[in-house]
Amino acid sequence: MSAHPTSAPSTDKAAGGLAPVRFLGGLDYSVVQQCMHCGMCLPSCPTYLETKRERNSPRGRIALMRSIADGELPVTREFGEEMYYCLGCLACTTACPAGVDYPVLFEHARAEVESAGVLDTPTRRFWRWLTLRQLFAHPWMLRLAGRLLWLYQASGACRLVREWGLIHLLPKNLRDLEPSTPVVRRRFSDELIAETETPAEIRHRVGLLTGCVQDLVFSDVNRDTADVLLANGCAVETPRSQGCCGSLHAHNGDLEQAREQARRLIDRFDLGRLDAVITNAAGCGSHLKHFAPLLADDPAYADRAREWDRKVRDISEWLVEIGFRAPAPAATGPGPGCRVTYHEACHLCHGQGISAQPRAVLRSIPGLELVELRDATHCCGSAGVYNITQPEQAAKLQAEKVAHIRATGAACVATANPGCHLQIQNGLADPAVPVRHPVSLLAEAYRAEAETPSA
Amino acid sequence: MVVTGRSMDSDAIQALKERLGADRVLTEREDLIPYGFDGTAAIKEPAACVVFPQNTDEVAAVMRLARERGLPVVTRGSGTGLSGGSVPVPGGIVLCLVRMDRILELDTANLTMLCEPGVITKAIDDAAAPHGLFYPPDPGSMKISTIGGNVANNSGGLRGLKYGVTRDYVMGLEVVLADGTVCWLGSKCVKDVAGYSMKDLFVGSEGTLGIITQVLLRLLPRPKAKRTLLATYDSMENAARTVSKIIEGQIIPCTLEFLDRRTCQCVEDFAKVGLPTEAAAVVLMETDGHPAVVEDEAARMAEVARENGALTVELARDEAHALRLASARRSAFAALARIRPTTILEDVTVPRSRLPEMVRYIERMAAEHGLQIATFGHFGDGNVHPTFLTDERDTAEMVKVEAAMEAIFAHTIALGGTITGEHGVGLAKKNFLPAQFGDASMDLLRLVKRSIDPAGLLNPGKIFD
Ligand SMILES: Cc1cc2nc3c(=O)[nH]c(=O)nc-3n(C[C@H](O)[C@H](O)[C@H](O)COP(=O)(O)OP(=O)(O)OC[C@H]3O[C@@H](n4cnc5c(N)ncnc54)[C@H](O)[C@@H]3O)c2cc1C
Ligand code: SF4
Ligand code: SF4
Repeated sequence: MSAHPTSAPSTDKAAGGLAPVRFLGGLDYSVVQQCMHCGMCLPSCPTYLETKRERNSPRGRIALMRSIADGELPVTREFGEEMYYCLGCLACTTACPAGVDYPVLFEHARAEVESAGVLDTPTRRFWRWLTLRQLFAHPWMLRLAGRLLWLYQASGACRLVREWGLIHLLPKNLRDLEPSTPVVRRRFSDELIAETETPAEIRHRVGLLTGCVQDLVFSDVNRDTADVLLANGCAVETPRSQGCCGSLHAHNGDLEQAREQARRLIDRFDLGRLDAVITNAAGCGSHLKHFAPLLADDPAYADRAREWDRKVRDISEWLVEIGFRAPAPAATGPGPGCRVTYHEACHLCHGQGISAQPRAVLRSIPGLELVELRDATHCCGSAGVYNITQPEQAAKLQAEKVAHIRATGAACVATANPGCHLQIQNGLADPAVPVRHPVSLLAEAYRAEAETPSA
Repeated sequence: MVVTGRSMDSDAIQALKERLGADRVLTEREDLIPYGFDGTAAIKEPAACVVFPQNTDEVAAVMRLARERGLPVVTRGSGTGLSGGSVPVPGGIVLCLVRMDRILELDTANLTMLCEPGVITKAIDDAAAPHGLFYPPDPGSMKISTIGGNVANNSGGLRGLKYGVTRDYVMGLEVVLADGTVCWLGSKCVKDVAGYSMKDLFVGSEGTLGIITQVLLRLLPRPKAKRTLLATYDSMENAARTVSKIIEGQIIPCTLEFLDRRTCQCVEDFAKVGLPTEAAAVVLMETDGHPAVVEDEAARMAEVARENGALTVELARDEAHALRLASARRSAFAALARIRPTTILEDVTVPRSRLPEMVRYIERMAAEHGLQIATFGHFGDGNVHPTFLTDERDTAEMVKVEAAMEAIFAHTIALGGTITGEHGVGLAKKNFLPAQFGDASMDLLRLVKRSIDPAGLLNPGKIFD
């Protein structure tokens, strides 16, 4: 067993449970065996389409995982690299008629890779420790980092760093990334949203998840989400200092920390009082809905995790479920409506099967014309930290996505995930074509209607 | 037949790498494991190496090298075959053609298309459509199967009843023989009786006679109209009788697909297209062609369905709904894998008048052996897919599966049917072929194989030993 800080030990003695960490070999065999290798998922897999090599396909990856579960193949470096070449986009899950649970296989495979330490290097160990076990494990630390980054960007220091060539002190892949570093908001969610906000007439009571990246970079989307909920009769409870939901950890082979993050998050909410817990970030949502299997072996949390899973809703899913109110046309000016196209975040359409609802939200907006995007469900290459770990493949997917967006002639791109938002914004590099969350467009339409003198 | 069984040495691999480039010769364990199977349940054999030629010359070069060294070669498309046809042979080369995937010519004057073997089946029809043309064969796997694999297995599809199978569209083939010779067989002529119809020998040869490197396909004008109907029944027999009666009534719709209750439930679970999940049986019917004819045929089919005990007969809401129904049907086999760990699909086919009997027999076998068998299929073609839902690790149950399967094959042959209507013999059904063929026909098969591939290099051990 390697001793690097993020490696999961073979038994998980974390808070409250003695549950063994279930890697591939420990998974219920029916999950491993479920793939009947029909190949129906191959044409939807971006990495297979790129290389036409079976190991880069869902079917091939599952075959390798099964070989490991069966003890026919040891966990090798090649295997590790393959698991990180996979985008985790889950297009294969939508395509698979046999109901293979790829998300679970994928998370356990990456955990297996980390536990074996086959990709381990001192640098990688440091970055994993810093991000997974420090920054994204402690809300205060992430906010502090966010503040520093904001200072760096707002003070003009970033310009100096670039102009003075200090940037060359950074490793190459980080240097390439620097211009695409998201612009941090001056005010985070807790400053924008009160702990409890209530509409005039309360029909539902919901919790609002503020996320981690969303909180730093898109705190305005969180505010918009709260506004839209209020406008639809929902009392909104937004617990302070929520922190990361653990999806980053689960997708990167740190299931132990993912469990810890899940427990902390559940503790923040008074579930019994709430009709739903609302998220507006697709990547978080598809993870948030599966706390029950994650905490199944933890007697102190198993029940609450099941209740949690039952209550988590993506914002557009919730809006459609409660029959949200379509905004009235704004009397002044053209209103927020324009030609908008919609990119489906992988973890919304494939991860949660939510496709129609965001479109329903967009179509409800007066004056907004929704133009369909070719291959709307194809991954944009963001895929968590994929654009950092696999920049080449990520860039190809980004270029394709941008070309399809341009072809629509849309003046605005709607998407419901912070990763996709940044990836597309950086790819477009065009202030004339902003990227917006569907909920922000809806919130704006409500505001425009309120500003209408006659209303 | 001679099975060489010599395994690959580093020398041979080096030679392959020199000829194709190192990146197109895979030898790592992590690369070989995923090529150790195709779509067939419970058949697995690791490959010794996988090569990706990009043109006919390279295929021929690999074949010459294989001959020099006595190495067996298994040709592979997308590996969706259901009889183990592209499962590797011990110590052999897997020759994968997915990178030869160009459409070389679309001849709108002669209504033909020339393709490399790795072109995906659906891409052919997609390329034909904008020109008002149509490539009818549509196997359930068409989004990923290759045309080379389709030709090698003479694959059918949902439209086989009216439009026939892959063979009916093959006008010409380029093949590489076991000694590396390249031959062109056939032509663009609608009529061509020069010599033996050699291309037909290679259609359905399952990679045992030659490697298909180009396919010349016939296209049709695209039908102008289409109507899709869904009828439900409280018994499989009534459904089967409807199918027989439609054909007896001399209506030839393009599709008459049948699904039993279990299949409907699994498909609905996956595709959510509104398939009835309570009825014992569902028949999906589709007619296409001239709008007036289509209207008339749809009405007559609905009538026949009602006369034969249909509980409901429904018309697809619109074109999009019809498409969704057909594509949901295409997922039937894989969707059935939701129930038990191992899904074994058979492919027996009988003369259409014997369908109700066949279906009854399958039901009886399931009951007698205490097995779960779901049934669906291309009923219009007399092609039934009894699908065993089982667990390969349960040896006691697998013995029963074997017994039931043998009985079903025997009964099929007794009804004048065939053990495989479209998936091929491969490894999975080779033990049952002699019972259908008899000694003289088996000898003829072997004679053909020996004269074209005397060293037994191409896909040895498939179809027969
Ligand atoms: C979900 C599903 C649905 C299916 N539905 C149908 C259906 O409706 N109808 C039907 O008929 N089949 C169906 N099949 C079976 C299968 O898809 C077909 O047999 C298909 O033609 C195989 O194509 P492939 O490219 O995957 O070939 P492979 O599986 O790779 O190969 C099949 C055989 O052809 C040989 N071969 C492949 N390429 C060449 C070549 N270029 N030259 C010489 N030999 C070659 C191989 O050696 C092997 O024997 C289905 C399979 C699945 C998994
Ligand atoms: S993951 Fe699903 S679609 Fe892909 S090969 Fe396996 S069973 Fe088929
Ligand atoms: S998650 Fe995406 S990249 Fe990974 S196997 Fe599935 S489809 Fe391919």
